[in-house]
Amino acid sequence: MGLDVESRRVVEVEEGGTVEELVVNVGPSHPSTHGVCRVIAHLDSEIVTKAEPVIGHLHRGIEKMAENRTYLQVVPLTDRLDYVGSMYANWAYCRAVERLASIRVPDRAEYLRVIVCEMQRIASHMMAIGSAGADSGAVTQFVYAFDQRERIIEHFEELCGARLTYNYVRPGGVSHDLPEGWIESLLAFCESHRKGLDMMDKLFFGNVIARGRMKGVGVLSAEEAVAWGASGPVARGSGVEWDLRKHDPYSVYPRLDFEVPIGSNGDCYDRGRVRLLECYESCSIIEQAIAQLEPGAIMADGVPRLLAPLPGDAYDHIESARGSLGVYLVSDGSPRPYRMKVRSPAFCNLALLPMLAEGHLLSDLVVILGSLDPVFGEVDR
Amino acid sequence: MAIVDRLGEKLDGGRGGSVILTSVDALLDYCRGKSLWAMPMGTACCAMELIAASFSKFDFDRHGTIPFFDPRHTDVMIVAGTITHKMAPVIKRLYEQMADPKWVIAMGNCAVSGGIFYYDTYSVVRGVDEILPVDVHIAGCPPRPESLQDGVLRLREIIATESIAPGHKRKGAFTLPRDAAEGDGE
Ligand code: SF4
Repeated sequence: MGLDVESRRVVEVEEGGTVEELVVNVGPSHPSTHGVCRVIAHLDSEIVTKAEPVIGHLHRGIEKMAENRTYLQVVPLTDRLDYVGSMYANWAYCRAVERLASIRVPDRAEYLRVIVCEMQRIASHMMAIGSAGADSGAVTQFVYAFDQRERIIEHFEELCGARLTYNYVRPGGVSHDLPEGWIESLLAFCESHRKGLDMMDKLFFGNVIARGRMKGVGVLSAEEAVAWGASGPVARGSGVEWDLRKHDPYSVYPRLDFEVPIGSNGDCYDRGRVRLLECYESCSIIEQAIAQLEPGAIMADGVPRLLAPLPGDAYDHIESARGSLGVYLVSDGSPRPYRMKVRSPAFCNLALLPMLAEGHLLSDLVVILGSLDPVFGEVDR
Repeated sequence: MAIVDRLGEKLDGGRGGSVILTSVDALLDYCRGKSLWAMPMGTACCAMELIAASFSKFDFDRHGTIPFFDPRHTDVMIVAGTITHKMAPVIKRLYEQMADPKWVIAMGNCAVSGGIFYYDTYSVVRGVDEILPVDVHIAGCPPRPESLQDGVLRLREIIATESIAPGHKRKGAFTLPRDAAEGDGE
């Protein structure tokens, strides 16, 4: 897509002469676009009159590739979808496969999945809060948040050997059991993480500059959030109480006791704060899950390497850090999926950008984009 | 390098000796290698490790490498992530905007060869060397931050023997006697 300078508005002013709209290209390589998003912004002085996201710079054809792989070989591909929260895509895909092939997952594996996914939620939210800080000029916040994320990554590395692309959740269970001493160090982390969150709350969300930058910016009403299909912290920031863990419970979440934090104003501040509050809940979910964890199998019995489910289709979704992440699979009875479709929350949330950015300053555009927390691996797939 | 060494001793002694005799080549290489500003061309998953490398635990800055998002101020482009056909012209253009001398590090299997996306996808460029001259390849999916830092150190070794005369390579790198005694001063 070109810059489309032709479509800019030209206004005749009273004093004679004309005033033109300014068309500015942001991205696709820009530190604040969280990857490779390009935004074409039409400006009236510094006010955004129209912002158009251009996506597809990271379209890797993962859904198409899945058609050439066996069901087990697709799992590593799902890692690369949402690379800030790989565990979620693993899990959503495996749930769809398990539904398709009617596999029952052992309890211990379900608990392990919940634990790693809540850890992943913390890691992903830390990235979101940190980069929201960097977008609004508080790089210190990014460093603090990334420090917390790094400690989770260390735990993941101990668990499955990878720092980013875990390939941990497999159809039927998980790939590794917990290493020795892991639980203790995770509990210690949860304890210290709460302190870190308290500090970040004061340091960033209590900071007058950050509040000035984020309060009242990019307001999304609850009705619009529902109408546009927003989910996750973006919808909850606007006061929509919608969390699949609570409202379409899956796995062992019904046995765990947690709150779903919601915001009230629907601005960038509330979206960010909801993420922060969710991290507290994730800590408590991890602790409860560890308390309920019993020894047992981590993989369902008799799951063949070469799964060939009966013809049919299955859809399953989970609550990822960005919203409801769904995977739709069609099987034609062969060992490879006939079609895989990913319902990506980041894509749906990104669609809000033109509406939210209109009427704000150009510098607020990056804050709004950051508050939607898009990950382009998942948007473009 | 004998004369340089002897003068270097004087310099270190701090007794008014502030003259080093060396060639322009050697001095330029010495300076360039020690402050490689990086243009982080992070497109996909590997960008996360690129960010991790520059944050507190791994701390890129101690090697003199600062990520800086302006192609005109940077010396080395670190291509981290999958390059799609839609993204390739952008990367090429950013590379052209960088001032000479410039280097390219291909970080991760995707940038090296297309990686996991090599065989059966229609939208991925099979390696950044199809569009840019790459100096250092770093394998891994994603490579650890340590590998990236190792890659930068390798690039330094390459730079240490570069010459301003086209097509020439110098033999041996220029070292201050202090550095030679203590390793690379890392
Ligand atoms: S090499 Fe692996 S981690 Fe890096 S961008 Fe490619 S798929 Fe992602």
